[in-house]
Amino acid sequence: MGHGQAMPGSNPSLLTFNSSAAAFFGGARSAFMSVFFVVLAGTYVGLGALAHDFGLSAFWLTLSTVLVWAAPAQVILISGIGTGAALFEVALAVTLSAIRLFPMVVALLPLVRTRSTRLHDLLLPTHFTSVSMWVESLRLLPMLPAEQRAAFCNGLSVGYMGAAVGFGFVGYYLAAGLPPLLAATLLFLTPLSFLISTARNARMMMDRLALGIGLALGALLTIMHVEFDLMWAGVGGGTLAYAIHRLREARA
Amino acid sequence: MSAAMNPGVTDLWPFLVLVTVGFLPNEIWRVLGLVLARGLNEDSQVVLWSRAVATATLAGVIAKLLLFSNGSLAAIPLAVRLTAAAVGFVAFLVAKRSVFAGVAVGESVLLAGGYLFVS
Repeated sequence: MGHGQAMPGSNPSLLTFNSSAAAFFGGARSAFMSVFFVVLAGTYVGLGALAHDFGLSAFWLTLSTVLVWAAPAQVILISGIGTGAALFEVALAVTLSAIRLFPMVVALLPLVRTRSTRLHDLLLPTHFTSVSMWVESLRLLPMLPAEQRAAFCNGLSVGYMGAAVGFGFVGYYLAAGLPPLLAATLLFLTPLSFLISTARNARMMMDRLALGIGLALGALLTIMHVEFDLMWAGVGGGTLAYAIHRLREARA
Repeated sequence: MSAAMNPGVTDLWPFLVLVTVGFLPNEIWRVLGLVLARGLNEDSQVVLWSRAVATATLAGVIAKLLLFSNGSLAAIPLAVRLTAAAVGFVAFLVAKRSVFAGVAVGESVLLAGGYLFVS
């Protein structure tokens, strides 16, 4: 993996396919070969067990994976319903955890789009946006010709979502035999893999700063129980990292 | 939700909750991103800034998930969770930035810590 070589826009296409269908299957194949396949498998075994313990059906779990498609939001939703929390509070917690999806979509779509892309071609990549797909897309898409990126991205996402749905079922039916310590280990996959994969993708100083400042600010605001902590950590930390990046560029 | 509801409505209730409490509050941010991303190109400053904000927000989510865990992860002591994340991160750096190595080591530390300090 050429450290620092795969900068967006600076290299010729390294991955090309003969057709959109081939790009789609190429994306799905890369989903099954990435570390996120293992991470999603474990995470959704954990979520399946959680859904089972709180008395939700396997079909409900599957639908929540397809519709929500964000592990932190699903954990909040399932444990919120299961413990009988006020629905308004659950909705608020879900929406706060989902704010990250907004800048992620903004950063992703310009990579997927070409001049001839229409709005409806962007609906699927928009809905599919999640940490695993975003991290892998930002890493891989710059190596593809622009007109094949949407198909590759959809294939990648369908691969990940298929794994999540499948392993959700596994967890659901294994739930009774899943010891609490193992269940905890599976739930730990989400923060751990988010942390490490974001760090892997952080090749530019700006991304590293955003990660470091966001972690510190997020921890501080969460501990202080500041309202909308994630939004402040994201906008404040991200803007600070961006500003430092611009200043350094201006000096260079 | 009342006990007087007919069975059809009661069966549908979890799905109604899924859409209103799970899907919509989550999806709205993706749709807003789609609206804002129109007309922006790959190299624009707004896109670069968005990437920084996305990364920092994600970092905030990570901090929150580690500090205030849900479900059975909440039963693992905070010190064990933080140590496992830190050791996993160091393993990732040592193993030439291998995500797999970092995740595997971090998970092993959590499992060992949970075994030693819980129950």
